Amino acid sequence: MHAPLIQPTEDGLYCAAGDFHIDPWRPVERAIITHAHADHARSGSALYWAAKPGLGLLQRRLGKNTAIHGVDYGETLQFGPVTVSLHPAGHILGSAQIRVTDGHEVWVASGDYKRDTDPTCAPFEVIPCDTFITEATFALPAYRWPSAAAVAADIQQWWQANATEGRTTVVFSYALGKAQRLLAELPTPHPGPIFLHGAVAPLTQDYRAAGIQLPVTQTIGEAADNEDFSTSLVIAPPSAAGSTWMRRFRKPATGFASGWMRIRGNRRRRGYDRGFVISDHVDWPGLLQTIEETGAKRVLTTHGRADELVRYLNEMGLNAAPLNTLYGEDEENG
Amino acid sequence: MHAFAELFQTLDRARGTNAKVSAMAAYFSQASAADGAWAVYFLSGRRIKRLIGPTRLREWLAEATGLPDWLVTETHEHVGDLAETIALMLPEEIEQADDQRGLAEWVEAEILSLRDCEEAECQSRVTSAWAALDEAGRFLYSKLLTGALRVGVSQTLVERALAQASGHPQAVIAHRMMGQWTPTAAFYSGLFSEREEHEDASRPYPFFLANPLEADPAELLGDIHDWQAEWKWDGIRAQLVRRGDAIYLWSRGEGLIGESFPEIIEAAETLPADTVVDGEILAWQDDVLPFAQLQRRLGRQRVGKKLRAEVPVRLLIYDLLEQGGEDLRARPLGGRRQTLEAIMAGMPPPLMLSPLVMAADWQALAALRAESRARGVEGLMLKRRDSAYGTGRPRGIWWKWKIEPLTLDAILLYAQPGHGRRANLYTDYSFAVHDGEQLVPIAKAYSGLNDAEIRRLDRWIRQNTRERFGPVRSVEPQQVFELAFEGIAASSRHKSGVALRFPRIKRWREDLGPGDADTLQQIKALLP
Repeated sequence: MHAPLIQPTEDGLYCAAGDFHIDPWRPVERAIITHAHADHARSGSALYWAAKPGLGLLQRRLGKNTAIHGVDYGETLQFGPVTVSLHPAGHILGSAQIRVTDGHEVWVASGDYKRDTDPTCAPFEVIPCDTFITEATFALPAYRWPSAAAVAADIQQWWQANATEGRTTVVFSYALGKAQRLLAELPTPHPGPIFLHGAVAPLTQDYRAAGIQLPVTQTIGEAADNEDFSTSLVIAPPSAAGSTWMRRFRKPATGFASGWMRIRGNRRRRGYDRGFVISDHVDWPGLLQTIEETGAKRVLTTHGRADELVRYLNEMGLNAAPLNTLYGEDEENG
Repeated sequence: MHAFAELFQTLDRARGTNAKVSAMAAYFSQASAADGAWAVYFLSGRRIKRLIGPTRLREWLAEATGLPDWLVTETHEHVGDLAETIALMLPEEIEQADDQRGLAEWVEAEILSLRDCEEAECQSRVTSAWAALDEAGRFLYSKLLTGALRVGVSQTLVERALAQASGHPQAVIAHRMMGQWTPTAAFYSGLFSEREEHEDASRPYPFFLANPLEADPAELLGDIHDWQAEWKWDGIRAQLVRRGDAIYLWSRGEGLIGESFPEIIEAAETLPADTVVDGEILAWQDDVLPFAQLQRRLGRQRVGKKLRAEVPVRLLIYDLLEQGGEDLRARPLGGRRQTLEAIMAGMPPPLMLSPLVMAADWQALAALRAESRARGVEGLMLKRRDSAYGTGRPRGIWWKWKIEPLTLDAILLYAQPGHGRRANLYTDYSFAVHDGEQLVPIAKAYSGLNDAEIRRLDRWIRQNTRERFGPVRSVEPQQVFELAFEGIAASSRHKSGVALRFPRIKRWREDLGPGDADTLQQIKALLP
């Protein structure tokens, strides 16, 4: 038995042979980042590597003066005897799976990923490997996603109905990734103008700067004093719900976009008018499909519902085990 | 089925009762009489007998999805509701989901008919039903298989919607929906039919209900002489209907309860013909007995001589709704009371006039209210003298002015998930108090916390679970809650030896530790 190529330490997932960390949760010397969400991209490390399309987002998150090496998808990097390459994960703009090999075996750390198409980022690429480190945020068979286009059409229809009644449509969604995907998926023509919360607007600008086509939006802070928002769609982070910020809208109709909305109890308890099932994460069928396609003999899981997935995979004859990580601690991330 | 599934989804999403009422009214206006009847049946909270238990359904779901039983169970626990678990777990398209059959056909041909099926045929029929429906249809079908719908509408809202759809006043609809009926097309058409001179003779009137009075009556209610005060009895609200030779005793839950109280039925023969009175059934020997005694009379097919002797009952009558076949409800309470007193003069037990409570001013009345616990009553009822006997629970006409509840501090011991929108949250709790070195369960409570507290407690429960018994978790005995309750009685069925009446959570006492909780000895000292 030799030491695993990648293993969790106090600082994060660590590759000892190449002396680097993947998505460390404490400051380290060398950090390879899968994507710009806060539970994966933490500041304070000396050197960062990340996929090029997400550089703008990362620079915003980690600070202007942080040194980040942009890497093309598929480009190889050498860390001592270890070869590393980044491949699209289909999660958000610039999200990457990290392929790590020492010449004997291939490991892939997926970060967060999904299999559904998403106009705002490169599609997930299957990377054959021996050991696959997969997220397990939604690893129960109840989580099967409807098509994003159908959900977007549903949102559009609801927005239209609200606009007819003169009610502002407010969709709460994670500010990075989900919000931009929603914008891109909404069918045209729109029933009214689109406004973004101050937390969503700059990230959306980063998407545009990276060449992603998104509909025209305005920022709430820049709205005219007499703006009545009666036919508008507003995209805001969940933290804005129930805050004084909401007072500017008369009789808003509120919706929440998240994979968790698949469960009726969650939909109803949240107190939003509508719940829309749309997620940046892989669903149960996608998870099993991916594991099979990678050909991995060993599967290590991070996030959420790891126990059930591990047991299921073991019963299916794979070698599976949970990894202790600090990912997915943010419950809005779904 | 599709139209009803759509209605269900609209109701599930709707916020505010008006939106719910108009969605139901729209459905009722276009539904066939057969479908409408079943819709009224389910929406008003009625249910069909459960034909297939959850264990079997989970097994069949495991087979249908090709997943192991334990994974189905884990998913069920995560989702919280079995019908929803079924809808979510089955793959999107099994067959072309273009079933055109209506609700009635589904219920009668696909659900009720399972009653006569062998196990294997049952499974194959349920599995094919799942395959023939889309996700919303599967959810609804499975919900009907497993029990109640729970979609946040009450019978009153259904009545409002039917009133809207039919153009009849709500009271007429409410009256037509009372009592025993079967969900047939004829029943549904009857709801919409022209009002008849003589509606079904067995039916009681909709019960008129009181609101709790939390303010000072002197400030809120004005002159005490505008109000009639009575004791608020802790018994069973009932209407006694005598029309022609027939006599019916109805509870508020619209059950016929005459069998449990034969002496009241017998005594009703002394009432004048075509009379309907409203009152409270109480266990009574010289004076009122605790509710626990009355409970012994409930839910029995036959009440024998022995029990009749041990727990004698009375009907304390406080209102007259019909006299000589004439509906008196629109008349002022003062007048109804006078006529009632004339009818009741010299009437022997078990029928008895509920006495008025006389006081010169609010202060004197408050002093009488303070005697409630000693008198075995829950407080006072205050009714406007000039008021009609209405329907539902409008504010400002009848008030219940209850005494403060009793309280105790107990420790959270067990928790289990709730239903409906709280199906994946731990919301049903069991509490214990100290008994020497032991903790002994004292009460269960389901309500009293707000949503934020429930979520916080749910998280705490998950992180502090000791053991799991099916859906129930035992937790570290650390959290203390103040429970309020209306009464206490000795009970041989409870390990603690006492039974609390209407226990509920008053407050989460995060300022207290488990050592601060009450002891069984302290609680037993409250026994009457």
